[in-house]
Amino acid sequence: MFAFILRRLAIAVPTLLLLIVLSFVLMHLAPGGPFTQERALPPQVLANLNAKYGLDDPLWRQIWNYVYGILVHFDFGPSFVYPDRTVNQLIADGFPVTLTYGTLSFLAAVLVGVTLGTLAAIRQNGWLDYLAVGISIGAQVLPNFVMAPLLVLALTLWLGWLPGGGWSFSDPSFWIMPVIALSTSYMASIARITRSSMLEVLGSNHIRTARAKGMPERRVILRHALRPAMLPVVSYLGPVFVSMITGSVVIDIYFSTGGIGKAFVDSALNRDYAVMMGVTILVGALTILFNLVVDILYAWIDPKIRY
Amino acid sequence: MALLDIRDLSVRFHTHDAEVHAVSDVSLTVQPGETLGIVGESGSGKSQLAFAVMGLLARNGQASGSVRLDGQEILNAPPKVINRVRAEKVAMIFQDPMTSLNPYMRVSDQMAEVLVLHKGLSKRAAVAESVRMLEAVRIPDAKGRVRLYPHEFSGGMRQRVMIAMALLCRPKLLIADEPTTALDVTVQAQIMTLLSDLQRDFGMAMMLITHDLGVVAGSCSRVAVMYGGRIRELGPVGPLFADPAHPYTQGLLSAIPRIDTDEGELAVIPGQPPDMSRPPQGCAFGPRCAYRRGDCDHRPPLASFAPDRWRACFAPLAELRAGTETRP
Repeated sequence: MFAFILRRLAIAVPTLLLLIVLSFVLMHLAPGGPFTQERALPPQVLANLNAKYGLDDPLWRQIWNYVYGILVHFDFGPSFVYPDRTVNQLIADGFPVTLTYGTLSFLAAVLVGVTLGTLAAIRQNGWLDYLAVGISIGAQVLPNFVMAPLLVLALTLWLGWLPGGGWSFSDPSFWIMPVIALSTSYMASIARITRSSMLEVLGSNHIRTARAKGMPERRVILRHALRPAMLPVVSYLGPVFVSMITGSVVIDIYFSTGGIGKAFVDSALNRDYAVMMGVTILVGALTILFNLVVDILYAWIDPKIRY
Repeated sequence: MALLDIRDLSVRFHTHDAEVHAVSDVSLTVQPGETLGIVGESGSGKSQLAFAVMGLLARNGQASGSVRLDGQEILNAPPKVINRVRAEKVAMIFQDPMTSLNPYMRVSDQMAEVLVLHKGLSKRAAVAESVRMLEAVRIPDAKGRVRLYPHEFSGGMRQRVMIAMALLCRPKLLIADEPTTALDVTVQAQIMTLLSDLQRDFGMAMMLITHDLGVVAGSCSRVAVMYGGRIRELGPVGPLFADPAHPYTQGLLSAIPRIDTDEGELAVIPGQPPDMSRPPQGCAFGPRCAYRRGDCDHRPPLASFAPDRWRACFAPLAELRAGTETRP
């Protein structure tokens, strides 16, 4: 197992390098640049700017300098659009916010989703099942850009219970609406996956054996069925966790939370190469990490899987 | 008093477009310590009969009638009652040992939980008792192997683990649903010998469901032949095999390949088993029967024709016996 983890981490390095080179090249292939504006800058100004940020170097040198900066100084470069900010600062400001509401949303989605899906499977075709399936479908067809303004309308404008936007690490009332808006559709997917996988497991032979042994239904579900039923859920959760903690532009815009989701989209629109690369690398690294976590969880759940 | 007393047991499955009559009006008894064989081809209802007794029918299954174990009614009993009865009084082993054990739990955990739950033993004592039971089913190095997962055992060893798990609470009745079907021939014989030995040592009764008549001949005292969800013939193994009193039993026996005669092609029963979502009005075997007669349009009742022998057939016994003798 230890050797497996080391091997996977070793493969992660070339994977990340490939990711960096590909996104760098793709970004520079797109027409325009960070200083392209509606009113064209005088050629001399543009040339100076390009020289300052190294954009007049050949592409291979730009990539080399970029990777060198990351590897040696852990420096992701300056922002092209906000001259006084570095990418490291931008991520350090935004990522903790995103990480907080992302993790909370993830926990909420998993807890509610798995519970709802399990209950639905146990009471297949009963009212509880129909209710759970109904809630899941409702949550899934309601996208977060519809959900978010509805929440603000109800909880802020009508009831006045919660602040309509902004962020504070010390006041959880700012967290509630972002978490609800971000988690509902994931929760619905988790509930559906749990339900169908639980139904499949409950029909398997070893569950029949557990019942034949006189195990109470609660124990059959929690001790014998839940664990194998979690396998497909776990493989779904790896990428979901990454996309939740790396933020949502919808959440950041509707609730003015200041996470990196908005920073990422802004950087793409503004051709802020460095910020965009920084966030891409962050998402890539987290994706690689949590795919590894999923594989480790798999081996923990299923003793037949050994690496 | 009979240990297991089944009266007029019927099992129906409700599917989207039909009601399947899996078991119909089955009555039989199992005496303490005896082995009753239940034979029949796939779909004859023999496994569903066992699942109904254990309360393990699929969700869309509905059982009616009466099943008494030790005088206690257990058919459609509330979960608390049936859970106490399961494992403590009646245990079951299944056809497929490869999938019947929980692949995600160590053998020690899945065995010990039975004793912890039913007997209130500590985990430690329960594991020690599990090891003793694994030794009783002749698993070498039981102490070391109890910590393993099921996939680390071979098929035959897994069935031994299943048997050990079923016997942990010393049940009075063991229901074995085709316990050797999924195993190699040599392993089959070992498992059957093991079951017979354990049955003697533990003094328990057994209901052995199988389609292997050789297994029945070797280990059962009485046998019930099922076809189309009903019992067709019931009686002691020796007389029933020597002198089958139902055309279906006769057909089954003549379809066994024999090693001592070179008979060329194997005898078969022509036709197909009935579609149990539309059970026939008369004798379900009628369409395939060589002795079919006018009154076979009515359902023949299971009736006694000799001491301890029962059959559900209108054909005169003399005619059947003549057929048995001319059998190749």
